Amino acid sequence: MTKKITIEPVTRVEGHGKVTIHLDDNNNVVQSRLHIVEFRGFERFAQGRPYWEAPVLVQRLCGICPVSHHLAAAKAMDVIVGAGTGEGLTPAGEKMRRLMHYGQMFQSHALHFFHLVSPDLLFGIDADPAIRNVIGVAKEHKDLAVMGVMMRKYGQEIIRATAGKKIHGTGAIPGGINKNLSDEEKDFFLKGDDPMNIDKMIEWSEASLDFFKDYHSKHKDLIDNYATFPSNHLSLVRKDGALDLYHGVLRAVDAEGKKILHDVDYQDYLEYIGEEVRNWSYMKFPYMLEYGKQEGWYRVGPLARLNTAEFIPTPKAQKAFEEFKAYTNGKPNNMTMHYHWARLIETLHSAEIIKELLNDPDIQGDDLVTKGTKQNEGVGLIEAPRGTLFHHYKINERDEITMANLIVSTTNNNEPMNLAVNHIAKDWMNGQSEITEGMMNAVEVAIRAYDPCLSCATHALGQMPLEIALYDKNNNLIDKKRK
Amino acid sequence: MSEKVKFTIDGKECVAERGQNLVDAAADNGVYIPSLCHLRDVIPAGSCRICNIKNAGRIMTACTTPVEQGMEIENDISELNDMRKAIVEMLFVEGNHFCPACEKSGNCELQALAYRFQMMVPRYPYEFPIKTPDTQDSRLWIERNRCIKCKRCIRTIKTEDGKNIFAFQERGHKVEINIDHELAAGLSEEKIQEATDNCPVGSILKKGTGFSQPIGTRRFDKEAIGSDIEKVV
Ligand code: SF4
Ligand code: FES
Repeated sequence: MTKKITIEPVTRVEGHGKVTIHLDDNNNVVQSRLHIVEFRGFERFAQGRPYWEAPVLVQRLCGICPVSHHLAAAKAMDVIVGAGTGEGLTPAGEKMRRLMHYGQMFQSHALHFFHLVSPDLLFGIDADPAIRNVIGVAKEHKDLAVMGVMMRKYGQEIIRATAGKKIHGTGAIPGGINKNLSDEEKDFFLKGDDPMNIDKMIEWSEASLDFFKDYHSKHKDLIDNYATFPSNHLSLVRKDGALDLYHGVLRAVDAEGKKILHDVDYQDYLEYIGEEVRNWSYMKFPYMLEYGKQEGWYRVGPLARLNTAEFIPTPKAQKAFEEFKAYTNGKPNNMTMHYHWARLIETLHSAEIIKELLNDPDIQGDDLVTKGTKQNEGVGLIEAPRGTLFHHYKINERDEITMANLIVSTTNNNEPMNLAVNHIAKDWMNGQSEITEGMMNAVEVAIRAYDPCLSCATHALGQMPLEIALYDKNNNLIDKKRK
Repeated sequence: MSEKVKFTIDGKECVAERGQNLVDAAADNGVYIPSLCHLRDVIPAGSCRICNIKNAGRIMTACTTPVEQGMEIENDISELNDMRKAIVEMLFVEGNHFCPACEKSGNCELQALAYRFQMMVPRYPYEFPIKTPDTQDSRLWIERNRCIKCKRCIRTIKTEDGKNIFAFQERGHKVEINIDHELAAGLSEEKIQEATDNCPVGSILKKGTGFSQPIGTRRFDKEAIGSDIEKVV
């Protein structure tokens, strides 16, 4: 008998996830799959809409990191209005967008780590779910909870000052931005009452990193061996190889650190990236064309970014980066739970960048928008909190969008998330014929390392948790748990 | 010579020129009569009926009612306000108004009225009509999904020799706003902007300029529609 287990829906993962596990006669795991069961269709909604509407319209597919979609679409529209990519904007235009993006990175990483991940670390993966949640953290580790809440708030205020609203703003427009930073806003972020000022945010980012490192030193087995497997890593990097979350060229390295995608212009992404459709999931499986479907898949997100980048262009984060690199002797880091380490280094980097930008007089400039010769096609890429995000649009001579293609971070991480679930299924389910609560959460812990947010991947609405189903050899359902 | 007349709105004493329409006359006296199709100093169309008031017990549209000596007008009463709210709701279900992605949001008079009347959700079923925008013009995007048929564009935007640029096509429920592309090509940039600004909703859009006004500075971001009038005494 082969048995199949389904885990569905995933809590603290936005979107609807379903895991199926097939067992053999001895209850050993033969195969597991992470299915994403919603389909949202924003690519279709965008068709026929005016191109300048895309940055505002398409961000609606996500309530967690809409800024990423807002900016990726705006970057594609920069190309369409002839403002070029990245470098083409005015200093105020580019820097306001960067501030928006790093503000969002900061708040999203804080949410991800404190609200969604820290309960697993503080209480243990198989702890009682009644305490293993953000409320439990607030009760037992008040200082950490306060940090998480206030860091998120600070980032959201940055978004409000740049995009106009904390969620679903309108700041980025084709060719630039619709406002600069006022003196009042600048002072608020630089010199606000504790804790709402950037120095406190930097201090807290360092403290969160220390918390993680301390945890790591005491739980090496969990952090180093949980769903660890080699992979390629892909992200944008600045032209000189620095970590850059807003703009750059596309680079990939293999598990050994060899460059396998050589800093290419993302306008040509279709020459390098393909998407495989598998009949059991709405979410596609992207891969590098040159290396094929079997070998060409990759990880994206904080871990991948710290594997592709050569350095971090802010001092405190660079120091943390050196320590991170030293842990794997300079080789790429393939440990799934190290996503959290990388995420906290990026959080610190984001805070440092925010400080730089706030002190940069360019950000208060009045020249906000660049226009040039209209183009009929544009690609916008950005490093969203959870990884590389692709937006690609074509328009006709009437300014209508005729084609939209989005490859979101979660989709880019589809294969690695499936592999991570596979690892966990084997570790926890081999020899079992029943799904335990610990097993349920173990799967979620693996997914959460990558992404708390499945919703955007197939563009599904709302929060829907996880279901796990267990099947025998003959495809008979033998257990099913949902939460 | 213009003749001043006295009248009251909800008991408040007002003075205006005889014959001035009630919406404008009220505004001059610091009273807001909610209106939508009406545009100050433009010949009224009386088409939306948001401005319904009660005059001697009869309901009539204020924008088409000239002021007379001694009128006793009822305006801010629940019977009328509910009627107005119902009309706003009907306008919402009759078109495709997706405020979250509309560039007129914050400057839209229909949206602002919905906020003023605290519309949470329309009480009528959505019709989701199938409408096709006219996107052919190089400078204007005619977003028929949002047109509320107020005729402001028809009434205000003309060529220099007085020819209409906009017109309705079809009848009744099927009525649609249309633009004469040849004549529109001759419009000055100012007129293009005026057409966009005069449209109370996001139905006439100046291409390539959407969202350039930051949130927080839009017309109704800080104040409800009509509160500018209510502030003036
Ligand atoms: S296009 Fe605008 S101004 Fe013209 S009738 Fe429609 S809503 Fe009124
Ligand atoms: S404003 Fe009077 S009928 Fe529309």
